[in-house]
Amino acid sequence: MSDKEMQVQRKQELQQAGEPTKPERYFVPAVDIYESEAAVHLRAEMPGVDKDGVEINLENDNLTIRGAKATNGGEGERVLLQEFETGHYLRRFTIAETIDQERIEATMADGLLNLTLPKVEPAQPRKIEVKCAS
Amino acid sequence: MAMRRFYDQPVFRNPWADFEKMRREFDTLFRNLGSEVERGGGTVFPALNVSEDEHNIYVRAEVPGVAAADLEVAVEGDTLTIKGERRRFEVGEAGKVACHRREIDSGRFSRALSLPTRVDTEQVTATGKNGILLITLPKAEEVKPRRIAIKAE
Repeated sequence: MSDKEMQVQRKQELQQAGEPTKPERYFVPAVDIYESEAAVHLRAEMPGVDKDGVEINLENDNLTIRGAKATNGGEGERVLLQEFETGHYLRRFTIAETIDQERIEATMADGLLNLTLPKVEPAQPRKIEVKCAS
Repeated sequence: MAMRRFYDQPVFRNPWADFEKMRREFDTLFRNLGSEVERGGGTVFPALNVSEDEHNIYVRAEVPGVAAADLEVAVEGDTLTIKGERRRFEVGEAGKVACHRREIDSGRFSRALSLPTRVDTEQVTATGKNGILLITLPKAEEVKPRRIAIKAE
């Protein structure tokens, strides 16, 4: 680990195909994706989103992660400094592996989504004995 | 109610804020022309939002993935410091794991902020919720607005 101080990663706003009807902002969450032998692990950074605001959808290899911002107070306050903007989060991935939909696990802690997508166990090779037709 | 203030500009206001806002507007304008959006140099982690009301100053910091135990908040005089460490995501045994994307940064961070008014250091509270740290700093009694009763004669 370096001693260099961490820098703020600027949030990228999502480029949507259609124009949204609501004046809401969607950001692209930063992710880490790791793959082990048994599963694909995904971690997404979604500060301001609580457990109930997360929606995960896997359909035809398309994984959609959506996080709705929880209200965080701040009404009636006078802003002195603003370095980050709040909004919802949305990101889509195409997954190459076959995922076992039944066993997908997701946890949310400190604004970080932890998603485990277990791979479908490969079919065991079956040995077929050839019988001699005598 | 219209109100006029003589000091509407906070003391430590970022002088580039308006330019940054303007640049963002231009970015969205030029993005449609196919130019690569330059990602400007960030500030020191974590990003802060500061606001105030009559009684308190609120500092919100975006610290996703940092446990409360890894955070350290201190107030000394009119300086607020936030220190901490974000740990790397470990999964399984090394060598058996392939890394496809690594966008989340990790490491140590520390940041100091000078507060616009004096605060009651004894009463400062900090709570972490959904990756956002909220620090509430009650203003010192002498800087709070005082209502002055007008006596009718």
